[in-house]
Amino acid sequence: MSPLNISEDELHAYVDDVLAPPRRAEIEAWLAESPEDAERVRAYQRQNQALKALFNPLLAEPLPEKLQALAVQALNAPGVENLAGDALGAPSLFSRWSLQRIAAGLLIAVFGGVAGWLGHGQYQSAERLAQTVPLSRQAAVAHVVYSPDARRPVEVAADQEEALVKWLSKRLGSPVSPPKLGAQGYELVGGRLLPGNAGPVAQFMYQDASGQRMTLYVTTENANKPETGFRFAREGEVNVFYWIDGKFGYALSAGIAKGELAKVATAVYDQLEAKK
Amino acid sequence: MDSRAILAEMPRLRRYARAMLGDRAAADDLVQDTLERAWSRFAQWRAGSDLRAWLFGIMHNLRVDQLRRGVLPTHALDDDTCEVPTRPTQSDRLEVMDLESALRQLPDEQREVLLLVALEEMTYAEIAVALAIPIGTVMSRLSRGRERLRLIMEGRQTLRVVR
Repeated sequence: MSPLNISEDELHAYVDDVLAPPRRAEIEAWLAESPEDAERVRAYQRQNQALKALFNPLLAEPLPEKLQALAVQALNAPGVENLAGDALGAPSLFSRWSLQRIAAGLLIAVFGGVAGWLGHGQYQSAERLAQTVPLSRQAAVAHVVYSPDARRPVEVAADQEEALVKWLSKRLGSPVSPPKLGAQGYELVGGRLLPGNAGPVAQFMYQDASGQRMTLYVTTENANKPETGFRFAREGEVNVFYWIDGKFGYALSAGIAKGELAKVATAVYDQLEAKK
Repeated sequence: MDSRAILAEMPRLRRYARAMLGDRAAADDLVQDTLERAWSRFAQWRAGSDLRAWLFGIMHNLRVDQLRRGVLPTHALDDDTCEVPTRPTQSDRLEVMDLESALRQLPDEQREVLLLVALEEMTYAEIAVALAIPIGTVMSRLSRGRERLRLIMEGRQTLRVVR
């Protein structure tokens, strides 16, 4: 220790230039006589400068999309002006974000769990994401989202089948109706309207005696796509048979064995052909 | 003072998070979590106290939680992730890369204090408040962090000369 009783803490305060000028001058004089400590202090000062040079450009960098969105939301949120004085304002604002984040997280988790492309999906815009989702995957996601729901699996239940058919046909702009699958052991639970890539799609849900659920996903967005025969896809735990027929795309999804699902899919196909 | 004051700190929070974590996507996630927590706890902020220290404290706590859980976020790399901001010349770039990787070798708690001092220019007392540690601990972490960083950087230079 020096005769001036300079502590290590003071050396750092000197490096950061937060000492009162008289003390600063004393330490400067002492450093002039202590080349090793002086070199060390200069090295620390260079660290400060180099760290600023390295990271300061980030201050001018434009904010990434998601942080920008957060900022825009914050500024547009009602009551934002008096947020500081209004302790109640903050939690409500937060809960709205939380819900949105949870919703977004759920969507990604479903995609991730079903298709294992979590990391990829996060970095794509919603538009691109939708464009690249193939029929089988859309159907599988819709299946895993709605089929486990014990209380509200469908929007319109099978006891109003006529209303369901009328409503979905009107919304899809083409006649759609649920095939009868009683012979295969599956009874209609009901159906719902869902957003597809570019418009409405329909989902019909069935259930067998054991409670095993199966969904038939019907789109009318396939006018530009070539017709296909039966295709099979495995999306996580869900098996999907799908095919395109004119502008219609069909996908039958269930967590059952491929062979069993194929039998039902064939029955669906036959019924749809018979109606033509 | 409204939420704009918090938003105004966003660039600084990003700079610090990036320096702390190294990874751009992880840093931005941390900033996002910090802002959300800040808004949710805005009632706890005492008017007149230092907003910046409060925000950095929140970020610190989130980071500690992350480390405690032992789950560090992983991310797919995009093209921008590997870019390091640099000044023009080639040799500068090497030095800058060197500093960043040397920084990675410091223990978290030393890197944290060093960055709050060097980048944020927070006072030692403010750092003590933000991190909820005694000021003596701030000083010892700063001291050890600086010395360690110096030795790492000098070691590299020696190696380079030998080569």
